Amino acid sequence: MSHDNGPSLWSTFSAGLWRENPIFAIVIGLCPTMAVTNTVTNALVMGVATAFVLMGSSAMVSALRKVTPGPVRITIYIIIIATFVSAVDWALAALLPLAHKQLGAFISLIVVNCIILGRAEAFAARNPVLPSVLDALGMAAGFTLAMLMISTPREILGSGTLLGLPLFGPRFEPWVIMVLPPGGFLTMATELTILAWWRHRSAERQALAEAT
Amino acid sequence: MDDLVWIFANASVINNFTLAYFLGLCPFFGVTNRIDTAFRLGVANLFTLLITSLSATLLDRYVLVHAPYLQLISYIVVIAGTVQFVEMAIKKLSPALFRALGIDLPLITTNGAILGLALFQSSKGYGLVQGLVYALGAGVGLTLAMVIMAGLREEIEFAPISKLLRGVALNFFVAGMLSLAFMGFAGLFAKG
Repeated sequence: MSHDNGPSLWSTFSAGLWRENPIFAIVIGLCPTMAVTNTVTNALVMGVATAFVLMGSSAMVSALRKVTPGPVRITIYIIIIATFVSAVDWALAALLPLAHKQLGAFISLIVVNCIILGRAEAFAARNPVLPSVLDALGMAAGFTLAMLMISTPREILGSGTLLGLPLFGPRFEPWVIMVLPPGGFLTMATELTILAWWRHRSAERQALAEAT
Repeated sequence: MDDLVWIFANASVINNFTLAYFLGLCPFFGVTNRIDTAFRLGVANLFTLLITSLSATLLDRYVLVHAPYLQLISYIVVIAGTVQFVEMAIKKLSPALFRALGIDLPLITTNGAILGLALFQSSKGYGLVQGLVYALGAGVGLTLAMVIMAGLREEIEFAPISKLLRGVALNFFVAGMLSLAFMGFAGLFAKG
């Protein structure tokens, strides 16, 4: 396989991790990012489930890319994705019934996660199977990373625990709003602000270095 | 009757699909630059929700009792078909609106609120009328959230705010405040 006419396999994988992170850089796939990040465990299960669906559907879409008729491709992608999500839904119900119950409808709602359809349309539909799976893996890792970054402060502040283990002892007064819906929006807003400040600062430093 | 009022209030404001369940956040942040576009997309969503609710009830009653594992796949196919139909109807009835909505129209398919409605309605065991009222409430709530958001954003355009906060981060702060405000509706039907 030649590496000179396209990005290397490693950079295909690593793009999704941070540079093109679906949550913080492209800002898609927000629904689960807000809805199931009230505890770190939920976020982890959701991340793994999404990773499976993303890799499976990317491989399938890529393998079928030459026989998929253009006008109905979106419908076909959706059906492929829905098939994988159904599999995850039933598998989780059997293996981790507690987590399945807590995540509820949000497992089924992976179908409408824009990241998955977005990667199918933007990458898997025009690339061979191996790069498509690597791209899916990178995006899924980036998604899980972002979910962890949002769920960790929410769980610590909102319930005083991490992965269900108490952190602060009995006198801790939980900041309940953080595990309720507004907490999701506010945590995301705070982290986006910090990232913007950080980017702004490094751009300024670079400009300064170039000027001198 | 009380029951239907409760279902409507629950879906529209108390457990607002956008602000409490985080469904359909993409259009919520994407098309809320202007009030009129937000309102029109809200109405298109409302229409899709009503048809989906009807189809989901029929599917539940006649098809899914025989093959429950097809639930997700059959819902999403019905939704994709409905959206296609709504798209064609809007194109025929109001070409101007069709152009104004652009890519956001076919993307209603991947709006979590629509699939969410079908799933919630079936897990709550709502019948035909209850389901339709639930869909109506969800659509009204969705439109309400988008119109309020658009109104706030139109005003914020001119407010003196740090450049760092502008853009996505600011939208999330505004959405957080709206979500806080909507939590107040939880006391609407409290007993005593």
